[in-house]
Amino acid sequence: MATHAAAEPKQLWLGGAEPMKASYGKLMMWLFLLSDAFSFSGLLIAYGLVRYAHPAYDGDVENFVFSNQYWPIPERVFEAVPFFHGYQLPLVFVGLMTFILIFSSVTMVLAVEAGHRKDKADVEKWMLWTILGGITFLGSQAWEWGHFITGTDKPTILTDVINGVQVTKEVFGANLHVNQYGPQPFADFFFFITGFHGTHVTSGVILNIIVFFNVCMGLYERRGHYEMVEKVGLYWHFVDLVWVFVFTFFYLV
Amino acid sequence: MASEYTEYVEKNGKMVAKPQTKKIWRTFWILLIITVLEFVVAFSLPHHMHLLKVSIFVGMTIVKAAYIMGEFMHLSGETKSLFWTIIVPLVFIAWLVLALLMEGGFISSY
Repeated sequence: MATHAAAEPKQLWLGGAEPMKASYGKLMMWLFLLSDAFSFSGLLIAYGLVRYAHPAYDGDVENFVFSNQYWPIPERVFEAVPFFHGYQLPLVFVGLMTFILIFSSVTMVLAVEAGHRKDKADVEKWMLWTILGGITFLGSQAWEWGHFITGTDKPTILTDVINGVQVTKEVFGANLHVNQYGPQPFADFFFFITGFHGTHVTSGVILNIIVFFNVCMGLYERRGHYEMVEKVGLYWHFVDLVWVFVFTFFYLV
Repeated sequence: MASEYTEYVEKNGKMVAKPQTKKIWRTFWILLIITVLEFVVAFSLPHHMHLLKVSIFVGMTIVKAAYIMGEFMHLSGETKSLFWTIIVPLVFIAWLVLALLMEGGFISSY
């Protein structure tokens, strides 16, 4: 066990010092995540601004109907679950997605822990679970987008003024031009915020696959440490962290 | 960090340290329980207590964020300077949230 007990050589930056006792890669990842946190905050705060600029629905939840006159109650918009067509299951599917993402964060941190022990087989196992969780989440989101775009069984009758003429039309689903669930910005923000987050998940899965491949090829074993697993781990946890906020501010509030 | 490990087990003919995952799973259960509580609050409090609901959700979200950043991202184990380098800029977001939500309210009332 002498090889394991031997202290790792201290990693110094090229200037000969190690700022904040963090390696270059880890510190830069943290600073990148900080800037990325600002991007997401910008989107979520813009959502809050536009939402408060629209009237809120102030009737009972039971009598709620879709209209572009007030902001919708999210729990009445997101109540569909795959294979349970026609049932009202508010927030169940998005709750499941939240659980999947939190769990994949746990498997990621288990991979990091295994990396500290230089246990290659364990790192492989947990990285694979993390990738699987990420792909499952993306699949769920694809389904949710599909359902959101296609719409409910019954259309919403929306009245709009186009070129000074009042037009009444039946609307199914939502896109960037029409929205059956409420005011147009509601759909726009849905696509933009969950889309931006989904893009992050996608790149996270790709990074995880690359690192998983490197682990399998023994690259980090030869290098003597699994810090790369830690760095993509930071990114992956950040994606989970953002979802915690998206879940609260887009789906719950 | 090899010195942290005292127990070793044999695996595929090699000696590897025993996993220390107690804290990770504890954090997982805390996150799960808070998420479940969020659902309970979402469906048990009546619609007109909107402000109370929002406050509870925001509080729970911040607790969850603290656990993810502190334990999973290991920020609480980093040096004080790194910790505050990350936390202090994030605190200013709270101000922007308040300012723009109020601003949004004014847009609808003019």
